[in-house]
Amino acid sequence: MQEITREQLIAKAKELLDKGTVNRVLGWKRGEFDWDITPALFESAEELDRDFVWNDFCGANFSKYLIAETKKQPPVTDKPVLVFLKPCDTYSFNQLLTEHRFERDKVYAVGIPCSGMADINKIRDVADGVVSVKSEGENLVVETLYDGTKTLPFADMLAERCAVCKSKKHVAYDELLGEDGELLDSNRFDEVEKLERMTPDERFAFWQNELSRCIRCNACRDVCPACTCEKCVFDNPQSGVENKAAANSFEEKMFHIIRAFHVAGRCTDCGECSRVCPQHIPLHLLNRKFIKDINSFYGDYQAGAEVGSRAPLVDYTTDDLEPSEATKWEDTNA
Amino acid sequence: MRKVLLESLDSLFAAIAAKNTLYIPVDTNGGAKFEKWQEGKKLSNALHTTKSPKDFFFPQSECLMKFKTEGKNIEIIDTRSESEDFAIFGVRACDARAFKVLDNVFLKEPVDTYYQNRREHGIIISLACDRPAETCFCGTFDIDAANPDGDIVCYKTESALYLDAKTEKGQGLLAAVEAATEPAEASEIDAAKQQITERLNRLPLADLKSDAFGAGKTDTYFNAPEWKELSEACLGCGTCTFVCPTCQCYDIKDFNTGHGVIRHRCWDSCMYSEFTKMSAGQPRLTQLERFRQRFMHKLVYYPENNDGLFSCVGCGRCVSKCPIGMNIVKVMKKLGGSVND
Amino acid sequence: MQMNENYKPLIVAFCCNWCSYAGADLAGNNRLAYPADVKIIRVPCSCRVNPMFILRAFQRGADGVIICGCHPGDCHYTSGNYYTRRRMALLFSMLDYLGIERERTRVEWVSAAEGAKFAATMNDFAEKVVSLGENKRLEDLRCKK
Repeated sequence: MQEITREQLIAKAKELLDKGTVNRVLGWKRGEFDWDITPALFESAEELDRDFVWNDFCGANFSKYLIAETKKQPPVTDKPVLVFLKPCDTYSFNQLLTEHRFERDKVYAVGIPCSGMADINKIRDVADGVVSVKSEGENLVVETLYDGTKTLPFADMLAERCAVCKSKKHVAYDELLGEDGELLDSNRFDEVEKLERMTPDERFAFWQNELSRCIRCNACRDVCPACTCEKCVFDNPQSGVENKAAANSFEEKMFHIIRAFHVAGRCTDCGECSRVCPQHIPLHLLNRKFIKDINSFYGDYQAGAEVGSRAPLVDYTTDDLEPSEATKWEDTNA
Repeated sequence: MRKVLLESLDSLFAAIAAKNTLYIPVDTNGGAKFEKWQEGKKLSNALHTTKSPKDFFFPQSECLMKFKTEGKNIEIIDTRSESEDFAIFGVRACDARAFKVLDNVFLKEPVDTYYQNRREHGIIISLACDRPAETCFCGTFDIDAANPDGDIVCYKTESALYLDAKTEKGQGLLAAVEAATEPAEASEIDAAKQQITERLNRLPLADLKSDAFGAGKTDTYFNAPEWKELSEACLGCGTCTFVCPTCQCYDIKDFNTGHGVIRHRCWDSCMYSEFTKMSAGQPRLTQLERFRQRFMHKLVYYPENNDGLFSCVGCGRCVSKCPIGMNIVKVMKKLGGSVND
Repeated sequence: MQMNENYKPLIVAFCCNWCSYAGADLAGNNRLAYPADVKIIRVPCSCRVNPMFILRAFQRGADGVIICGCHPGDCHYTSGNYYTRRRMALLFSMLDYLGIERERTRVEWVSAAEGAKFAATMNDFAEKVVSLGENKRLEDLRCKK
C-alpha cells in the first residue's frame, strides 16, 4: 500500500501545469494490466485523468529519461518538466547532475514517498494467470485466471531491492509530497557476504550458472541511469569488443564485469538492472560487491547522496590499500 | 491416438530419448528453458519458456565457417557437421506456428541451408495449452491453442498425456515408442479441448483483433502520429526481439581468434542503434523509426510478402518481459483504435 | 588441477614506460633470468590499463596478467598509479568474487632501478600461474587453438 494516492499525484501535476510551473509531466501510464506500466509524458489534465497511474508496480526510475527530455528543442523545453521521484530515484537524479548529464533548472522534481514496489514475478510464482493486483491494507489482492482470488502479504511480494531499501529519504527535490523518510539501516550486503563466504569454486559455479542465461538483450545497460555513454563500447564496431552474439560464457562475463566496473562508484544501487532482466539474473549483486568494497577500502560512500561529490574511482589517497590486499576478504571468510 | 499416464511420463521421455535427442522445458532460476532430457529432468509447468524454441533451428549464435590464412592463401573451413534427428517436446501452439513464419523466410529461395538442415532433423511435439496465460493472444492471429501444429500434438488431462501424430515424421516416432504408450480414443480428449477453448475465450486479451492490419496497410500506419507516443519510453534494448519466437533478423560478423577468423551469425535486433548499419550510416536514425520497424514488420510488411500471414503469434512474451511495459498489444490497440475498442 | 609437465603459461605484463619497462630493460642488461613466457606490453602509464585490456588478454589466451608501474608517489604523471591502485584493487576483488583465481592477476610497483625486483617478480608470478595451470575460468573457447 502506497502512502500517497494516485489522486494526490494527479492533483499536484494539474496544479503545476495550471500554474505554468511546468508544461509536461513524466509519469507512469496504465497498461493492459496493473503491472505493465509504461513511463510516459502527460501534457494535459485529461491525459492525466485517463492514463496516469500510481500503484505498487511503478518501479521505473525516471532519472535517466531526463537526459533526453531536457535536450529536446524549444518550445518543449521552454518550461521545466515535472518528474515524480521516489527516494531511491533521487540518488540517480543527483548522480546524473554530478555528471552534468542534464540541466537542473529544466526539471521540476516532486519527491514522493514510496512503500516499496511489488515484484510481479514473485506474485506469478504463487498465482497462476495474474489478471489484476490491488492493494488492500497490508495485502495484495490478486485476481487470477486459475487460482481464484488470492490475498498475499505485500511484504512477501516486495521486490528484492525494496526489501533491502537503503533510504526512504529524498536527497533531491523541489517539492515534497507527504512526509520525508529516514536513511535505513539496510541489510543489502547480506547476499554479497553469503557469496563471499563460498569457496571460489562455488562462486564460480554460481556466476557461471547465472550469467550463462544472459541473452545479451542489453536491457540492464539501457535502463541503467549510470549507463549514459552516447555510444557504448559494446555497440561500437571499432572497439573490437562489440558483440551481439552471446557466443559463449566469456562474452557474458566480459560484458557484465566491464559494465559493473564502469558504473562502480557511480551506481546508486537503484536495482533497475535486476528488475528488467528477462532471465532474472541477480545483476545487482555485482554492483553491490563494488559498493561494499568501496565502502570497506575507501570509507563509506553513497553515490548520489549529494551533488558534486567525488566518486571513489576518480579520487585517491596516498595510503590506499594495495590490490594484493583487496582480496584478503577471501581469507578471513575461509 | 496414444496415451501415457502422467506418472509414467518419464518412461515416454526415456523411450523418445533412446531414439532421438529429446529436449523438454525445465524450470531454471530464469524461468523455463528447453534442456536436453536425461533421467531426473522434470517437465516444467510453465506455459512458456523464457526464450522461444526458435533457437533450435535458428540459434542465437552460430559459426558459419572458419578461415585460415597462410601467406596469400585462404583456406575456407566448413564447420557444419551432419545433424542428427532431435525431438522438441512441449512446443506451444504459438511457437509451433512461429516455425511456419520462420520457414517462409529461411526456406524460400535462396534457401538457408543451415536452417533447412536443422529443420529437417527436428521433430516437433507440441502441447496444447491447458492453462493459457493472461498475456496470451494467439487467437488474434487465428491460432487455436486447442489444436496446435506439430509432428505430434499432445494434450494433457488430469491423469494422462495424449499423443496424436499428425505427420509422417510424427507417426514414425510414435510408432517407435509404442511400447511406452497405450492406445486411446480421440473422444477421450474432447473435454480437454473444450476446456481449452473456453479458457481461451475468457482471456483478458481475447478481444484483440488483427483486422486493422495486414498487407497493404503501410500507408495507413507508416506516418501515424501515434508512433511518437508509443516509442517515447522505449529503451532500445533487445528484450522483445530476443524472446520473440518469430524475430528473424541476424547479423553476420567475423571474429578474429588470433589464429584464424570465425564467421558467425547472431541474432540482431531492429531496436539496436547499429541495426543494418551500412557505410552510409544507419537508415533508421531515431528510436521511433526503429520501434516502428519492428511492429510494422510484424503486422504489415511480413503479411504483405507472405500471403497475409502475420509474423506475430501472440505468445505474449514481450508483454510480460518488456522493461517498460510497451508491447504489440498496446501498439495494436492504439493504432487500430476503432477496431479494437 | 591436472598438471602438465610441458605446460608453458602465457603471461601478459603491462609495464609503464617510465619505470617498469626500464626495470625490465635493466633486468635484461644485468642478464637476470625471467621466464620467456612473459610478454611485455609497454603502456605510457599503469593507469592506461583499462580493465578491458586485462579481460581481453585472458580471452586471447593469457594465463596470468600482471601490471607494473612506478612506485606510488613516483608516477611520471604524478598520480596515474594511484588511480591504477584503486581500479585494480576493485577489479581483482571482483574477479575473485566471480570465482576466478586471484593469483592470475597482480599489480607490482617496479622502478627503473629495480631490475632484480622485476626478474624476481616475474619468476614468482610465473611460478604461481604454472601452479594454477591453464586459465579455464576466463577463457574464450573460440580463441583456443
